[in-house]
Amino acid sequence: MKQVLKRLIGAIPVLIGVVLLIFLMLRVIPGNPVLTLLGEHYSDAAIERLTLSMGLDKPILVQFFNYVIGLFQGDLGTSYKYSRAVSEMIMDAFPYTLKLACMGVVFAWVVGLTSGIIAAIRQNRLLDRMFMGFALMGVSMPVFMTSLFLQYIFAFQLKWFPLTSTGSFISMILPAIALGWNSAGSIARMTRSSLIEVMQADYIDTAKAKGLFKAAVIMKHALKNSLLPVITMMALQLASMLSGAVITETVFAIPGIGRLATTAIGNRDMPVLQGTILFTTVIVILGNLLADLLYSALDPRIRKGN
Amino acid sequence: MDEVKAMDFNTENLSSQIGEKDGIKEKLWRMCRQNKLAAVSAIVILLIILLAVFAPVIAPYGESDTSLTERLAGPSSEHILGTDYLGRDVFTRLLYGARVSLVIGVMPSIIALVVGVTLGLLAGYLGGWVDYVIMRVADVMLSIPSLLLAMVVMYIMGTSVVTLFIALSLTSWASVARVVRSQTLSLKETEYVEAARSIGVKRWTIMFRHIMPNCIPSLIVLFTLNIPSAILSESSLSFLGIGVQPPSASWGLMVNEAKQYLFTSPWLCLIPCLVIMVVVLAFNFLGDGLRDVLDPYMKKQ
Repeated sequence: MKQVLKRLIGAIPVLIGVVLLIFLMLRVIPGNPVLTLLGEHYSDAAIERLTLSMGLDKPILVQFFNYVIGLFQGDLGTSYKYSRAVSEMIMDAFPYTLKLACMGVVFAWVVGLTSGIIAAIRQNRLLDRMFMGFALMGVSMPVFMTSLFLQYIFAFQLKWFPLTSTGSFISMILPAIALGWNSAGSIARMTRSSLIEVMQADYIDTAKAKGLFKAAVIMKHALKNSLLPVITMMALQLASMLSGAVITETVFAIPGIGRLATTAIGNRDMPVLQGTILFTTVIVILGNLLADLLYSALDPRIRKGN
Repeated sequence: MDEVKAMDFNTENLSSQIGEKDGIKEKLWRMCRQNKLAAVSAIVILLIILLAVFAPVIAPYGESDTSLTERLAGPSSEHILGTDYLGRDVFTRLLYGARVSLVIGVMPSIIALVVGVTLGLLAGYLGGWVDYVIMRVADVMLSIPSLLLAMVVMYIMGTSVVTLFIALSLTSWASVARVVRSQTLSLKETEYVEAARSIGVKRWTIMFRHIMPNCIPSLIVLFTLNIPSAILSESSLSFLGIGVQPPSASWGLMVNEAKQYLFTSPWLCLIPCLVIMVVVLAFNFLGDGLRDVLDPYMKKQ
């Protein structure tokens, strides 16, 4: 419990830093946000009115304070382009990204872990080299490459899946594979090296000497310990997964968070861009926190506080 | 004079401490002899650098020579890799794209290295609030999804090659700083640093002359592995249309321009994608190989 509290408190300065950074972004951007908002036709009175209502006449510290107060109330500002609450737009988009990311993670886990385990068992044999070759290729492929070619082969040529995604399970399969591809590669590499290291430990020899089957040794004894570093790595990949979602969502026309961010750039819609970044970053921080806690829950050495 | 003495003392002590006989050069040779994959990758990278440098000499056409009668043509004797939607020679564009993509891969990695090393040394050596502030800023940078961070920087500062440098180094200095900090923490407890401190060597000299040289093996590895991720980020940004702007060529931009023709001329997308993959793969192989010989500790981690 003390551990949990300590980690929660440790995340707070990072959160404050992220909020400060994102707030400052709005300040350094060239051009007056009021003028952007008003478009081409405006009067001096309108400028004054809007400046007052947006609180832009107040000192910068007060503005920051108001921004933070707003955040606590779930207020991320209003879109310049659509005049909608940013929080509302994010909540509309998030289910798509969540679904995509979850399916991508499941793909990466299943494929990455199984190929990593198989490669470790068949260390330095043909199967190992094949799997590791694929894994390294997976790590080296840009997300747009996997997205475009999965789309071309399985949606356009073979017509097994729809070209663009509607949000249904079937239509999310290709984008999820494209998104999970890279992670699958790095999980496989990590699982393999971690498992090989653990397999050299004395207690594995003991288990073998007791006459346990090789599969039982791996599943019951080795895997449990070798997965610890893999779990940490998977949490760290959350950030790169959310980056990848920007690309897959663009290719498959999924109306998720990533697409919200790219269209916000096209529309020069700063509040939306800010909101999406703040939102995804908070998710990443929470994900890392969760991984930390999971790690200490699984590893008794850390749980006992050393 | 004093400094020179301290330096000699430092290197001698270091090699006896780690028990190494080989210098970096010998290790690189060993890698090339033992790890064929890394050696081949080094050759591939060298070849691509040469192609990029001599692009104007090798390229059969000008960088943006268009030919509207030969749009979207397949490979032929005149255009060995075909032409794009404006009738530009794909092979020529690839060569010029290599210049942009390589520079944008290398420059941010250099900036990230300089910034990361400086901040990592300061954090590790000085400790206290300096350490706290630097590492929390690094945490913030590592928490923001890198592509989104780069997108915002490009949005705020406008799309140009210089902003690409800034955007991409902003996302990668933090991991360098983390590695350097942790090495500094253990190195500052060593006897030779203690000795340097006791004879009154200045803090900056200790940091940059005595501690930093010992981080160089891991820095070479980090640098080599940073380049492919910068190339991938640049290509992703250009793919989204917020990186390199036409009429310049970059591999990511070529994919961006070709994606509308994916279903009719898939090779237009495939060629630059494959080139990106091969280059990234080569840098990854080389980085892995370097890590094996230069930095066995990092491999274990």
